[in-house]
Amino acid sequence: MNVLEIRNVTKRFGNLVAVSDISLNVAKGEMCAIIGPNGAGKTTFFNLISGFFPPTTGTITFDGRDITRLATNQRVTLGMARTFQITEIFPELTVFENVRIAAEVAGGYRLRPWINRSEALQIRQHVEATLKLVSLEAKTDRLVGELAHGDQRAAEIAMALALKPHLLLLDEPTAGMGDQETYQITQLIRRLHRDSNYTIVLIEHDMRVVFHLADRICVLDQGRMLAQGTPQEIAANEAVQAAYLGNAA
Amino acid sequence: MSAEQNRKLIVLAAIWAVLLLAPYWMVPLGGYTALATRVLVLGLAAMSLNFLLGFTGVLSFGHAAYFGLGAYGAGLTLKFLVLSTPLALLAGMLLGGVCGGILGTLIVRRRGVYFAMVTIAFGQVFYYIAFQWSSLTGGDDGLRGFSRQPLDFGLFRLDILSSANNFYFFVLFCFALAVGAMGFILRSPFGRTMIAIRENERRSRFLGIPVERHIWIAFTLSCFFMGFAGALYALVNNFADPRGLHYSQSGDFVMMAVMGGMRSFWGPLLGAAVFVVLQDYLSSVTVNWMSFVGLLFVLVVLFFPRGLLGFLQRSKA
Repeated sequence: MNVLEIRNVTKRFGNLVAVSDISLNVAKGEMCAIIGPNGAGKTTFFNLISGFFPPTTGTITFDGRDITRLATNQRVTLGMARTFQITEIFPELTVFENVRIAAEVAGGYRLRPWINRSEALQIRQHVEATLKLVSLEAKTDRLVGELAHGDQRAAEIAMALALKPHLLLLDEPTAGMGDQETYQITQLIRRLHRDSNYTIVLIEHDMRVVFHLADRICVLDQGRMLAQGTPQEIAANEAVQAAYLGNAA
Repeated sequence: MSAEQNRKLIVLAAIWAVLLLAPYWMVPLGGYTALATRVLVLGLAAMSLNFLLGFTGVLSFGHAAYFGLGAYGAGLTLKFLVLSTPLALLAGMLLGGVCGGILGTLIVRRRGVYFAMVTIAFGQVFYYIAFQWSSLTGGDDGLRGFSRQPLDFGLFRLDILSSANNFYFFVLFCFALAVGAMGFILRSPFGRTMIAIRENERRSRFLGIPVERHIWIAFTLSCFFMGFAGALYALVNNFADPRGLHYSQSGDFVMMAVMGGMRSFWGPLLGAAVFVVLQDYLSSVTVNWMSFVGLLFVLVVLFFPRGLLGFLQRSKA
């Protein structure tokens, strides 16, 4: 069954066609990577999926439901979580508080003016389990703004996971990281995919990461879908080599 | 962790002890009880504004409108409807809160400077209504001809009109109710979504929080508290002043909150105390008292950007 179905989506900004007639299906449990040179429309495409703006034409279906015109927060409520290329966190709150807000919203408590003991305990356990999943359990009481870049990124992923999403969108999860941090985040994403069976769509620049992680790779170029397929197929694709991999190598 | 909790409890107990004993230590220090009452009421107003400014992160520059509406609501109730202090307070609070809630639906779509400008504009509308509608509001002279009524508890009546101490404790009781409600909300899941919006609006949206709706709720709650403070202020003076709706009054509230420390819960109360006491003392010395308060404000902003209380907390930690 497909978690995400994108049909002939186009996004125009004035005369600029940022995304042109792209279709993509993401199956449950799949890890799909989107690559492409700068300006290929990757982030615009991601913003269309997560609801920053609606597409000019085309439809987006999530869990069998048409979400083309839904607002961001409604998509999140339906089970879509995302992280950003530039980490979006609550820097002046602790790691625990960051994830607790996500857990409380996901638990349906966001409008509640009180919370009882057993609910608070449940939330706490959920937060602690999530922090363990991203290996931040030792840094629970640290302010997120004071953590290293890789840990901030892990905290952001933890906030997304606390929402119990059906689909995880990761925008350049290793952007701006050194080798060691890149390795740790890659291992984390791999665990989320292999062990916890999350459905993941990610944008990534680092080819080692992409070919290491993805079940399927989509190559965008100038707003179009140049090719999609398994890592082996993409590596062998001549059009892709000419447009992208060739230049990068 | 528990040491910190203990410290917080001690600080809290100290704050309430100071407030409870104010009539007894203010007089020997050269103050008077009514001054303490004014500090409490204006402090409550500054804390209500800060509920929005410091904890949701949006600056309203027209909150005096809801303060003034609370004052007129209480005054008009006492003058024309019913001679009851609690009902007057309730009417003032409702008038401020309901008007805030209705206008809030239009205001919360704006951000930053535009939010502040729209709040000023709506605030001035109420100022001109109060100013022009003389037959009801007394116009430029303000609303007179009412006074706070004794509290009737069935078995006995409490005189809050002539006994300054009784009235102070009544105001302190109201203050405690409102501040308790604010603290309770800020500690709740909803309160945490307010702080989330302050910290990072985009992240909040991508956690599934409908940001505009939450800002609207925070704005409306803040207007209810503001209306309540305004209603108390009408009882303090037995008078409602159109200048209490004016945006310069809003500026005073913002000044109190920023001077005291808008990131701390009690900061605005300290800011209000400094403001009111300075005003009381300086205005008997010079008509230009505002220049001195302004100077102090500039110094605080330059040297203690987190406000007086923020500075105290920092240096302790």
